[in-house]
Amino acid sequence: MFSSMREMLERAEAKLLPLWRVVLEEEIEEADATAERVLERMAERLETMREAVERGLATDAPSVSGLLGGGARRFEEWRRERSVLGPFVGKVVARAQATMEVNARMGTIVATPTAGSSGILPAILFTAEEELELSEEALVQGLLVAAGVGQVIVARASVSGAAGGCQAETGSAAAMAAAALTAMRGGTPAQVSESVAFTLQGMLGLICDPVGGLVEVPCLTRNVSGAVQAVAGSELALAGLHFPIPADEVIDVMGQIGSELDEKYRETAKGGLAATATGRRLAASVRWDGPEFENTNAARARDLEDV
Amino acid sequence: MSRGSAAMSVFDIIGPRMVGPSSSHTAGALRLGVLARGVLGRTPERARVGLHGSFATTYRGHGTDRAVAAGLLGMAPDDPRIPESLEVAREQGLELTFEPVELGPDAHPASLAFELAADGETATMVGSSVGGGSVRVTEVNGREVDLTGKYDTLIVLARDIPGTTAAVTQLLAEGGVNIAFLEVSREKRGREATMLIQADHAIPDHVLAGVQAFDWVRFARRLRKVTD
Repeated sequence: MFSSMREMLERAEAKLLPLWRVVLEEEIEEADATAERVLERMAERLETMREAVERGLATDAPSVSGLLGGGARRFEEWRRERSVLGPFVGKVVARAQATMEVNARMGTIVATPTAGSSGILPAILFTAEEELELSEEALVQGLLVAAGVGQVIVARASVSGAAGGCQAETGSAAAMAAAALTAMRGGTPAQVSESVAFTLQGMLGLICDPVGGLVEVPCLTRNVSGAVQAVAGSELALAGLHFPIPADEVIDVMGQIGSELDEKYRETAKGGLAATATGRRLAASVRWDGPEFENTNAARARDLEDV
Repeated sequence: MSRGSAAMSVFDIIGPRMVGPSSSHTAGALRLGVLARGVLGRTPERARVGLHGSFATTYRGHGTDRAVAAGLLGMAPDDPRIPESLEVAREQGLELTFEPVELGPDAHPASLAFELAADGETATMVGSSVGGGSVRVTEVNGREVDLTGKYDTLIVLARDIPGTTAAVTQLLAEGGVNIAFLEVSREKRGREATMLIQADHAIPDHVLAGVQAFDWVRFARRLRKVTD
């Protein structure tokens, strides 16, 4: 796998190959797999992603906690009638919510790169498929480019909210989605890299502050933010604009900011929106049908008092 | 990169295919359950699962209890029975206890400690869910290890006598298994040595049986790789 965008670009340019092809060749070599097998498995993942988007747009069912549900469908109706976003961005906004709602209901999704950021990449891919009339083959190639960018991010920074905040999850997903979109639209490898820089720079510093520790609020709407940022980042690159800081350095600084974030902003539900009065009230109001702790925190606290 | 930490496959990034809601607290927890089951070598009858850090505070909202139960029963991260796995566990006679634990400041903020038992055998394992469904096992039966679950792994506890490593690797070679990482350690000379072998290929049953048949082997287990 590549540990820098620069290295990936240089390989593509030296061999006169598209980026998806150099990512595929790395995978074939490292995983001892055939091209057919990798492409076939990627196509299977794509189908799971498609099913999740479709189910998310079709149902109003609430999440396991009851905090979410029905937003994707409601937005889809609004988009058709009243939205000023235009069909592409409008569909992206509806679909980014769709997968996240399925995820919060314990439905089946593909983590891209994580479950908490699983709305962004499918929102971009399936909207591009419809609006730009792309083939499934093109989407699989887009997934490979996204995967290559994700590998670089894992090598240089992190995709974990607990390690690097929301910028590491939805920021990474948005950068991957922008890269996929840019590549699928015929952008050069250099433009793909620019789209990563343009997208991730706009996600820097974003904290992970899930209400009640759940992958729901604000994760779902952060997926919307990331998906919209990805479209904009890709378009800036395709228009030929140049971001002065190279993608690899933007990724590095994302990792650095993540490591400097206070623990309360790294998925612990102790800061940010999770720690607001309403965030705390919502967390306390969530009811579960699962079993109680056999030895609950309260029981343990009593034991300690007895000592 | 630390020992055995594989390069990320494109399917680690675009994946896993999983039941939500959290790659670390659901899919990763399930994978740790699968690995712990591998250490015991069978489906547990009793399991005590200690939840450290964010697992302790968010386990129910993430379905971590159901994910761990599913893993201990050998389910994959995309098994549609995961939401009902606690009921499946009850039906299959798996008695499960969850409790918060404090593993210390050096433990990863999302870690699980397993104590399993079945047929008079016991096993313990400590592992962490490090993001995106990736995991790291740090302790097996009280011994420090460093495993990612990305390779089929053979754990062998043997008497510390000459030739044991050669005999085990010979069996693997005959079984067509290429070794990716091999690590031998012992606590004291002449006592017991632990071999950790991570392989590029699936370790066949007959190779495992062959290793277990050596009279100087105290314990041998195969952990199937949990990534896909």
